[in-house]
Amino acid sequence: MGSNMAEAHPVGFQWVMEAKARGAKVIHIDPRFTRTSALADQHVTLRAGTDIAFLGGVINYVLTHDLHFREYVQSYTNATFLLSERYRDTEDLDGLFSGYDPLTASYDSSSWAYESVAAPERPGRRDKEQAASSRHGAGGPTVEGHAGEIAADLAMEHPRSVLQVLKRHFCRYTPEAVERICGVPRDLFLDVCRAWTANSGREHTTALVYSVGWTQHSVGAQYIRAGSIVQLLLGNIGRPGGGIYALRGHASIQGSTDIPTLFNLLPGYLPMPDTSHESLAAYLESISGRNQKGFWGNADAYTVSLLKEYFGEAATAENDYCFDHLPRINGDHGTYRTAMDMVDGKVFGYFLLGQNPAVGSAHGRLQRLGMANLDWLVVRDLTMIESATFWQDAPEIETGEIVPERCRTEVFFFPAASHVEKSGTFTQTQRMLQWRDQAVAPAGDQRSELWFFHQLALRLKARLAASTDPRDRPVQDLAWDYAADGDEPSSADVLRHINGIDLNTGRTVSGYTDLRADGSTSCGCWIYSGVYADEVNQARRRTPRSECGPYDAEWGWTWPMNRRVLYNRASADPQGRPWSARKALVWWDEERGEWTGDDIPDFERTKPPDYRPPEGASGPEALRGDDPFIMMSDGKAWLFAPAGLADGPLPTHYEPHESPMRNVLYGQQASPVRKVYGRPDNPSNPAPPEAHSDVFPYVFTAARLTEHHTAGGMSRQLPYLSELQPELFVEVAPELAAERGLRHLDWAHVITSRTAVDARVVVTDRMAPLLLDGRVVHQVWMPYHWGSVGLTTGDVVNDLLGVVVDPNVFIQESKVLTCDVRPGRRPRGPDLLAYVADYRHRAGITPRTGTRVVTAGDTDRPEHTEPCEWPEDPS
Amino acid sequence: MGVKQWIGQWPVYRQLTGTDPLGRGSAAQSARSAGLEPRTRGADRVVDSVCPYCAVGCAQRVYVKDEQVVQIEGNPDSPISRGRLCPKGSASKQLVTGKQRVRTVRYRAPYGTQWQDLDLDTAVDMVVDRVLDARRKGWQDADEAGNPLRRTMGIASLGGATLDNEENYLIKKLFTALGALQVENQARI
Amino acid sequence: MRHGQSFFGPLADPAADAGHRDHPPRVGFFTDTSVCIGCKACEVACKEWNDVPEDGLDLLGMSFDNTGMLGANSWRHVAFVEQERPLGRQDAGLAELPTGPSTTEAAASVVARALPGTPRDGGDLGTAPVHLGFPSFDLPGTDADARERTDFRWLMSSDVCKHCTHAGCLDVCPTGALFRTEFGTVVVQQDICNGCGYCVSGCPYGVIDRRHDDGRAWKCTLCYDRLRGDLEPACAKACPTQSIQFGPLDELRERAAGRLAQLHEAGVTEARLYGHDPDDGVGGDGAFFLLLDEPEVYGLPPDPVVPTRDLPAMWKSAGLAASAMLAAAAAVFLGGDRS
Repeated sequence: MGSNMAEAHPVGFQWVMEAKARGAKVIHIDPRFTRTSALADQHVTLRAGTDIAFLGGVINYVLTHDLHFREYVQSYTNATFLLSERYRDTEDLDGLFSGYDPLTASYDSSSWAYESVAAPERPGRRDKEQAASSRHGAGGPTVEGHAGEIAADLAMEHPRSVLQVLKRHFCRYTPEAVERICGVPRDLFLDVCRAWTANSGREHTTALVYSVGWTQHSVGAQYIRAGSIVQLLLGNIGRPGGGIYALRGHASIQGSTDIPTLFNLLPGYLPMPDTSHESLAAYLESISGRNQKGFWGNADAYTVSLLKEYFGEAATAENDYCFDHLPRINGDHGTYRTAMDMVDGKVFGYFLLGQNPAVGSAHGRLQRLGMANLDWLVVRDLTMIESATFWQDAPEIETGEIVPERCRTEVFFFPAASHVEKSGTFTQTQRMLQWRDQAVAPAGDQRSELWFFHQLALRLKARLAASTDPRDRPVQDLAWDYAADGDEPSSADVLRHINGIDLNTGRTVSGYTDLRADGSTSCGCWIYSGVYADEVNQARRRTPRSECGPYDAEWGWTWPMNRRVLYNRASADPQGRPWSARKALVWWDEERGEWTGDDIPDFERTKPPDYRPPEGASGPEALRGDDPFIMMSDGKAWLFAPAGLADGPLPTHYEPHESPMRNVLYGQQASPVRKVYGRPDNPSNPAPPEAHSDVFPYVFTAARLTEHHTAGGMSRQLPYLSELQPELFVEVAPELAAERGLRHLDWAHVITSRTAVDARVVVTDRMAPLLLDGRVVHQVWMPYHWGSVGLTTGDVVNDLLGVVVDPNVFIQESKVLTCDVRPGRRPRGPDLLAYVADYRHRAGITPRTGTRVVTAGDTDRPEHTEPCEWPEDPS
Repeated sequence: MGVKQWIGQWPVYRQLTGTDPLGRGSAAQSARSAGLEPRTRGADRVVDSVCPYCAVGCAQRVYVKDEQVVQIEGNPDSPISRGRLCPKGSASKQLVTGKQRVRTVRYRAPYGTQWQDLDLDTAVDMVVDRVLDARRKGWQDADEAGNPLRRTMGIASLGGATLDNEENYLIKKLFTALGALQVENQARI
Repeated sequence: MRHGQSFFGPLADPAADAGHRDHPPRVGFFTDTSVCIGCKACEVACKEWNDVPEDGLDLLGMSFDNTGMLGANSWRHVAFVEQERPLGRQDAGLAELPTGPSTTEAAASVVARALPGTPRDGGDLGTAPVHLGFPSFDLPGTDADARERTDFRWLMSSDVCKHCTHAGCLDVCPTGALFRTEFGTVVVQQDICNGCGYCVSGCPYGVIDRRHDDGRAWKCTLCYDRLRGDLEPACAKACPTQSIQFGPLDELRERAAGRLAQLHEAGVTEARLYGHDPDDGVGGDGAFFLLLDEPEVYGLPPDPVVPTRDLPAMWKSAGLAASAMLAAAAAVFLGGDRS
């Protein structure tokens, strides 16, 4: 679901084909019939943006028919725990959960806690401003007291037990509701339910694959929660052939999340400190909490070791290991906020490192206008890209909004070294680090990022060496003494420091359990600890698959600790025996007194299944022998999230921000806590209950083609790829073509309140209209790879998008919006602006449109607009 | 070359005297064809690499001759990819060796209408100046309530999903020490 | 000599027939289109290895096919076929969707009319979703009152030179540029080809073609240079799903028969082999296919016949005359002073 694996990950898809050849049934649920659908046993077309309704229907089917894997659910999830009496569900509040504050459009999540756990009242506003993950790291939120006994009903019959709450929450997600919302005929939906449940249990497991078709929504995190709930109810997590696969789109996008170039994280999913963290102790308490279970209990060792790697000798116990050298976050500093701050003149310099936001980010126009308002811009890439040439050839040149002679942005283009011209590791989508050796030296001025940032660091350190300004102390104290490899640092030595070093012996540590909080170890990223164990670059291992075991343990290195299946303790029953012989993965070996199996156990090796923690234990020690979810604060997988999410403890069907239809389940139309940016340069198309949504009557979605790569810098420049998909096109169903007078291969243009883009028409049965609540709705699809530079050029599809984001992770809703489609080319030059303005006028659009995020019940409906000036509403 | 050898290479002679009287096989084979071998055979070295496009992580072998990449193809040993590559991975050689690659620093001055040349070393120094300036202009010591911030909002960065872990590590480390927070990459998009 | 067999009918060992002694087994491709994902890795891998030039940046509008056909600059071509019929036991999930009459026919008329003037009009290639009128092809939903869409499937298939047992291109080549290799494959030798173009009309599949710039004929070599170094052809190596399988032809034929049986058992009754039969008009192909529909649908001729079928009788006399002439010419050369 939400993944076009055959097209976006063709080589990974070989394993799906192999499974199919061995008898597995492949089901593809997606708004479009794609190359993945063509190879699936079953394709299900659903309306873009309605996956939670579909999955909610599956959950309802499982629970109504008692098809959950009872023993697994009872032992390994929080299904038995009782919720507080203060909790109110969307069933009670017309689509809202308890704790909602319309003024801040955020939740106080304290009423979502377990009964016996005293959760402090916590206004949600700050969570929302900071992206929830910034506060919780990867281990989920702290919920204090989880190490102790939590009130539970093992029979899962208590009305406040999580399982019963779940049942009630999803009771209206019936096959009929799924049909009305998603446009999936109910028989087809039931076929999927039957197949999924029949292929789960002791003897069978089902795998679930998703990609950005799930994440790029205003409720993206809850899409994944919904998938997780299904998989947990059916016992498909931590077991061979099960799981949830997030297929990521870039060579090291997983790595750049683990070792983040992200504002809210430090390496290893440690949160970036915020203004509430007065000291290291306060920071650590916010991560490890008090009296809770799991390996986040050792966050002190991970953090101190990171600070030791950052600041070396300067980091001491006395100065809190230079904790105060870290800058503090106190709000949304995500890339879209930053782009708006550029437009508003608050940002002066911008580095683009192998990324092309002028084409690849939502609302390309906003991105380019932001870049045109900088002091300077550094672009590092293999080829010229639109983000470097915007001052020459942006669409805004044609409309007169950017004039080269009046654009002050100073642009530096540095040619980058390619993947064969430098050595280092990528982390692929299953968390495996694979080392690349350098094949040839880069030519001319081409350099790696390692070289560039090394040069910057050395020169900045030299420039600030004599400074007495306290703000320069972090740069002065910065440890930057990696072994040299010519005029850049040795990437192997950097990886070694990422792995971690025992500062007493100078040798690499063997894993994160070796890390200490007393300053005797340094470690750049605790979850990568072990990648350089025994002073050996484990990521460089290339033992051929024919010579490895079934889990290929000696090819590359997978975090954590080379474990391939996360939470694989769950592949055995509470007593430590495999659930079934054919689904054995790891199990307890009574004789040897340890966990063993085909994979490396994701559990303390010698902790027996019947281990019960002593009174007062916390952290790893508090994990029972049958608590497989070792990173969770209660050792259980969460069907219900008692804290940690900005938009509710359970996934709920909300309509997308821009939708042609009213939410048929609740008065609450769309996510009541989605983050909107009501600004004149970021208009929204109206959605019910607002008027005039019919001006943009079609559902729009965009995606990739196999033949191209994201913003095109690595594909539209190559003859062999460009010729395979040589032009931007828009796919429509024959019925829509008839409705709008579109002819195959003629030009058409797609319009939103942001802009209009041109494309050639492709009429195909792969696009099908849907019957939704008695009304036929069309979907329109475009690939988004094109821009103004390269062998094949075209309009920027992302210019159609506005910015509205998921409040948990600040990822934009770019997989679903509304649009109109018209035959012929769009107007050129300033006429385009007038044309789009006319559409906005017809739809009554102002910066307030779409910002009244609450629509449930009779509550007030305040606007959530930016405090900036805008022209008068059109009259 | 002696006459006998020379005449022996003549197809018609081979056709008339050999096993291929119709001249459609061995007799028709040219000297070039007879000497063909895969160009990878002449490589000076074969280097283990990983495809730079999507996140599947297909293993590649890079064949280098005279310090030039002459072929990139899949590594059959890989348990992930078993030697296979998609169209993008198969185009890796063109990605690396194609004429679209920029080789020198390009510079566009404020209000400029053309790219200019710039020496690499000078360009890095100019960036250092500008980083310090933007950092200063965007510096914030504390918030309204007096809580320390110790940061600059003057510098932003985007990118990382196509880079190496080691590179991301140094990028985040340096920016953090500078107090620059707005460091982001494709994972947010 | 089995000259009769050299031009038509079954021939057990084409390499031996072409004078190769102690040669390796005949190799070829088995392309199983039932697992093709249409990624076109084969097209790119082929071009990267063989340095085949880009073939034009034209949006053809034939589903996802922008290559159009095999030619001098496209030695692999992935065809895409959109059809209003189900695939095996696949449920395309489109059949019950709303909005009136079946749309594929409507789409076909819209699409086919607008297809650009590709060399063979698109329709011939089978990649245009036009109705080709096969007996098995009923047309559900042509009834204007139908409430639901008809079924749908999307077929993909990577086409390539067939390396025929009796290769028309080779047999009509007057210069000896085309030859049969020790692997039983058919290769153009660029150092010999003079661009006469006889081979182009000699190919019953329309595969071989001349380049506009240098005039010489080009086509798939089955990576002859790679074969000589014990490497498999670039396309087969890259193919993510092993739709393109390379190997000794005997082994491939066995594998194909097994796969066919497996698919039939799984309910994909429309699966069939194409080009595997030594009794066909070209003596069987070195590159053969498992298809899910009639060959025409994929742009393949249903009954290809090598143009030299009737040649032996004509050739016997003409060939003797030519040989005599060549022998005389050789004598003249040998008589001269070359030392």
